[in-house]
Amino acid sequence: MSVQRLVGKVAFWALLIAIAIFAVFPFYYAILSSFRSGSELFTASILPDHFDFRNYVSVFTEQPFGRNILNSVVVAFTVVAISLFLGLTAAYALGRVQFTGRGLLLLTILSVSMFPQVAVLSGMFELIRTLGIYNSLPGLILANLILTLPFTVWVLTTFMRELPKELEEAAYVDGASPWTVVSKIFMPLMWPAMVTTGLLAFIAAWNEFLFALTFTLSAQQRTVPVAIALLSGASQFELPWGNIMAASVIVTVPVVILVLIFQRRIVSGLTAGAVKG
Amino acid sequence: MSVAAGSASELTRARVRSAWIFLTPMMIVLALVAGWPLIRTIYFAFTDANLSALDDTRFIGFANFLEYYEGEWYGLLVDPDWWNAVWNTIWFTVVSVALETVLGMIVALTLNTAFKGRGYLRAAILIPWAIPTIVSAKMWGWMLHDQFGILNEILIGIGIISAPIAWTASPDTAMWAVIMVDVWKTTPFMALLILAGLQILPTDCYEAAKVDGIHPVKVFFKVTLPLIRPALVVALIFRGLDALRIFDLIYVLTSNSRETMTMSVYARQQLVDFQEVGYGSAASTMLFMIIAVLVVLTLTVGKVRLGEEVK
Repeated sequence: MSVQRLVGKVAFWALLIAIAIFAVFPFYYAILSSFRSGSELFTASILPDHFDFRNYVSVFTEQPFGRNILNSVVVAFTVVAISLFLGLTAAYALGRVQFTGRGLLLLTILSVSMFPQVAVLSGMFELIRTLGIYNSLPGLILANLILTLPFTVWVLTTFMRELPKELEEAAYVDGASPWTVVSKIFMPLMWPAMVTTGLLAFIAAWNEFLFALTFTLSAQQRTVPVAIALLSGASQFELPWGNIMAASVIVTVPVVILVLIFQRRIVSGLTAGAVKG
Repeated sequence: MSVAAGSASELTRARVRSAWIFLTPMMIVLALVAGWPLIRTIYFAFTDANLSALDDTRFIGFANFLEYYEGEWYGLLVDPDWWNAVWNTIWFTVVSVALETVLGMIVALTLNTAFKGRGYLRAAILIPWAIPTIVSAKMWGWMLHDQFGILNEILIGIGIISAPIAWTASPDTAMWAVIMVDVWKTTPFMALLILAGLQILPTDCYEAAKVDGIHPVKVFFKVTLPLIRPALVVALIFRGLDALRIFDLIYVLTSNSRETMTMSVYARQQLVDFQEVGYGSAASTMLFMIIAVLVVLTLTVGKVRLGEEVK
């Protein structure tokens, strides 16, 4: 029995180590590669042996990568702010008030979050061109709302539903307006949920690729994912892998840190978005 | 008494009215960014629209889908490239979601046991999920590089393969490379959803099973699996619908290779690269219809309850 138990324990720890390596190794290797330049890049060693910052310099000097980061930040923050504002008011209506057509509305919102992005691509292209915002950040902000808004409304509604009913009744009896109830009573209580939802929406907007690829033309207007995908070097045949890895590390580290800080909240937000459906 | 009831229903009416006022901005934005573009895409599917001249379009009925012209059939429904994309998408969805579910289950069961450093492991598996898809495609593209990739290096080092494999370029391995990266990136999501399901299970039946000396594998299939089935089904549906629309990973990892072209990649290629907005919209509309039918089926069969009582 004890031998069997020992074997079981060793197998369990082997499994844990396998999971950890599987999860972490690719990113670890990207960081290693980002510090190697020239021929060092082709050594394929799994130990850190070089700390060369040349890739981190050249990724900013060879293309407008700083501008691309700024674009991504502006787009993601604006999209999150709009989604949270519209989402909070809508979630109050959908989560706290019983009215006809509520179920259908929720169903529509859930269906929109299942949309394949490509299904709105040509219509969105036409809309963005008609509004004169092709190849500009407002165009990307508009397009990104289709990703973040339904999701935000849905998750905030599930959170809103769980707050006790007595909260608003007293306020209504005292003659408070619905807007006061939302802004003075629910807003403070919903902060944790809004941080979670906002973070998930931020990640979705930060990672968005198809719209950003299709609705921008110049390198100046690109967001980070498109800039990384289209990064090219001096030669058309050899990709500048060192620069690509450096760019990848730069845009991933902040997200990974945020996710690790808020990991409990994120898990609860993810499950609210899916499991409780 | 009647005065109180009257003011209560007055209050309800006021709340319903304000609910609609609160909903209106969100509904307008949603109609603008989702409803209208979708309607226009479906409209374009029945026209000969071209990207360079979107205003100058002609209505051509079902010709983008199927048309008989001088003894030959034309259109999406007889286009072998489209059907290739359909099969690729289905194959990718089935294989990757199945693998992600099995691996996600293993990870979730592991994380559900008590051991030292559980918090660290949970943090570690969040990393692949947090990495942007484009970045993970590039990271893996580099690891799978035919000449300098670490994977070939390792596999040759331990003697599994004798010559480097061009993972993303070779027709035999391209789809597997895509599946491998997707599994790496999405297994954490599945694991976390399954873990959330596991953590709310009652502990008493496990204690009973332990007392009775029932083998853990049997406990898993007889107790755990039936209990977490609802959570598992929802996670599967979300993942499946998500996998059906995959675009970014494939576009970056294997670009327009025929072996990995999915419906989304095909539709965008027609729309943007070939400028055939009408034909590309027909393909997008087909993908939309397929997903819409699946969503309706799941919602009716799965009896997802949306109209449940407000607390």
